[in-house]
Amino acid sequence: MIAEAGLAALWFAAALALLQVILATLAVQRSAVEDMLAAVRPVAVVQGVLVILAMLLLIAVFVNSDMSVKLVVEDSSAAKPLIYKIAGAWGNHEGSMLLWVTILGLAGAAVALFERTLERKTLAATLGAQAAIALGFYAFLLFSSNPFARINPAPADGQGLNPLLQDPGLAFHPPTLYIGYVGISVAFSFAVGAMITRDVGPAFARAMRPWVLGAWIFLTVGITAGSYWAYYELGWGGWWFWDPVENASLMPWLAATALLHSVTVLATRDGLRAWTIMLAVVAFSMSMIGTFLVRSGILTSVHAFAIDPRRGAFILALLVIYIGGALALFGARVGTIRQGNTFEPVSREGALVVNNLLLSVILGIVLIGTLYPLVAAAFGTQLSVGHPFFDSTAGPIALVLVALMAIGPLLRWRRDKAGAALRRVAVPAAITVVTLVAVLVLAPGIGVLPLLGLALATGVAVASVAPLWGRDLRRTPLFTYGMVVAHLGIAVSLGGMASESAFNKETLVATHIGQPQHVGPYTVTLTGVRPVIGVNWSAVEGVLKVQRGGGAPYFLRPQSRFFSTPPQVTNESAIRTAFDGQLYTVLGNQDDAGRWQLRLWWKPFVTLIWAGGALVAIGGALSLLGRALRERRARRRDL
Amino acid sequence: MKAKHQRLILVLLALAAVIAAALLALSALKDQASFFYAPSDVKREGLPLGKAVRLGGMVEAGSIRHLPDGISIRFVVTDGAASVPVSFSGIVPDLFREKSGVVAEGHFQPDGSFVATNLLAKHDEKYMPPQVAGAMHKTESLEQ
Repeated sequence: MIAEAGLAALWFAAALALLQVILATLAVQRSAVEDMLAAVRPVAVVQGVLVILAMLLLIAVFVNSDMSVKLVVEDSSAAKPLIYKIAGAWGNHEGSMLLWVTILGLAGAAVALFERTLERKTLAATLGAQAAIALGFYAFLLFSSNPFARINPAPADGQGLNPLLQDPGLAFHPPTLYIGYVGISVAFSFAVGAMITRDVGPAFARAMRPWVLGAWIFLTVGITAGSYWAYYELGWGGWWFWDPVENASLMPWLAATALLHSVTVLATRDGLRAWTIMLAVVAFSMSMIGTFLVRSGILTSVHAFAIDPRRGAFILALLVIYIGGALALFGARVGTIRQGNTFEPVSREGALVVNNLLLSVILGIVLIGTLYPLVAAAFGTQLSVGHPFFDSTAGPIALVLVALMAIGPLLRWRRDKAGAALRRVAVPAAITVVTLVAVLVLAPGIGVLPLLGLALATGVAVASVAPLWGRDLRRTPLFTYGMVVAHLGIAVSLGGMASESAFNKETLVATHIGQPQHVGPYTVTLTGVRPVIGVNWSAVEGVLKVQRGGGAPYFLRPQSRFFSTPPQVTNESAIRTAFDGQLYTVLGNQDDAGRWQLRLWWKPFVTLIWAGGALVAIGGALSLLGRALRERRARRRDL
Repeated sequence: MKAKHQRLILVLLALAAVIAAALLALSALKDQASFFYAPSDVKREGLPLGKAVRLGGMVEAGSIRHLPDGISIRFVVTDGAASVPVSFSGIVPDLFREKSGVVAEGHFQPDGSFVATNLLAKHDEKYMPPQVAGAMHKTESLEQ
């Protein structure tokens, strides 16, 4: 019954989405927009309620281990811990698409409930666009990926969830990533709405900004969390693999970051109108392209759950309709978007334009690198594109971008003097040079990218705080703090990345029990190996005695876990976090001589990578809060 | 500066940047895409030296040798028509065994042997690029 109720909720939500498109179309054409909007809003809210109900019912089916539902059979088992039954609801193709659509519906409902400042007609058009997107993806779920499909006869137990996904990360990473990834659809709908009503200006930008910012914060958190999850779960000690699926989340982030900066130019200075609209379209297009890459079966990775060519064709068709439609609308309306204000090249706007160009270039490179293997495969050549390509192309451009990030916030709007601007960055530039020399002296022979990364990280960290110099800190608006913290986060993260790639130490040995091994500042001794039983796995656990210099010893317990449904072995790393980095340990196999393989890494300051990501998100949140407070004060003044 | 001129300059700048990025990316792709080879491809086309490549095939029966350091192994990858000796240091995947499919990531040595930095074994098939999985399927006929 629960499954049927879920399916019914989905059908009703789809019907409401259709109704919402029709009502919104009428609203845009009529003069009495308020009346129609009064109808569109509740429809959007109820649609959101129905779709989250469908998601909750799917979770209920998983929690009950209802083995008459095909999805539960394929991706769950009765013995699985409760948290993985709940999170397992989206650990598969259909469930993750339902989560996708849930976020889409909730985003539309949120716009209907909370958007107050946007011009009425544009709001109606925006809600119509959001429902039009949702309609396509409801159709995708209902016609080719029904999560509630039954199976007859029902087997006694399911096939289980991929053990790599049986980790608390599964409960956290997909929902946050999706809120950002799909939440950026609001920016797309805003852009489409504004193009329909030809209402592109500062007021529109101010209304769109919090939605972009909100989605971007979640995207940042989702990517950061996903990176840390991959880092500890895969046992490879890497934090970013340039896997096509990772790129699929990075591309919308790059576009959203560019959008975040251009929308500020539009809101503050009424410039970059057409470009901002274009970026809003591109950002969600990247989300849809990413969804196509991940969900179509073209790629296979831990994220891609099922291969069915019809699904790929379906998403591709949706992609063509929505992206093509939005671009066609853009082409038709770009001429009517009035020219915004101009500015001098040396100005805050000028710096933001270069920021946007560089982010777009990085986005282009990542897109080419991600799609190229697919194109090559179509011509019969098998190849993969990974680290060497992205590091050597996107890496240097990203460094230039970070350097620019230090200068941009110190420039004035409209026009600035180059000489004065250069004086303002003199101190950070000097710090960069000093770090460069210091690193060259203390650690000769490190790579060029890590060297520049470390030097820039220190300089940019100082420069990012520089906008606060000489200001009354109590009267500085919260969103300025937001910018400072987010930029500082980028510098911190860059420092972590550079440090990890420059100073990473690795020890790979076969060791007898009791034989001390060394990695970085640590002495690691395998003191014993013992069996451990978990809820749905058994494991071999190595007990490692770890000592740093003369410090007190402690124990780390990496495991080699065996899951029976499905049969698979995972290596659970054991990690010790110190203030200056992480010790990362993995237990391998036993050889004929009775020795155990151990893989040990000392990763100095690797934690800064994710701490930086968290700072970036916190900066975004401060900014969002600051803008909201200011809007509220402005409204109060008006009353 | 006139508004129209500024817009034109911005558009030209953006275009130039995007074209430059595309050229940069495509030239880098030529050198840095990692191509997939089967042992007979190498025999036919010669050694792809100085490049990161993937070598796929079947682990030849009786070819796995454990070196005394306990972490290095040597084995032979074959596709029936040709074979390549491979060396690897590290923790081998769980289902890495003789007469089973493997994809090795690494590079060729001038003597024709292959140094692997990473091994993907059969059970990862659900989670590997389809072309690699496809190549692994080809080796299945050899496994009988």
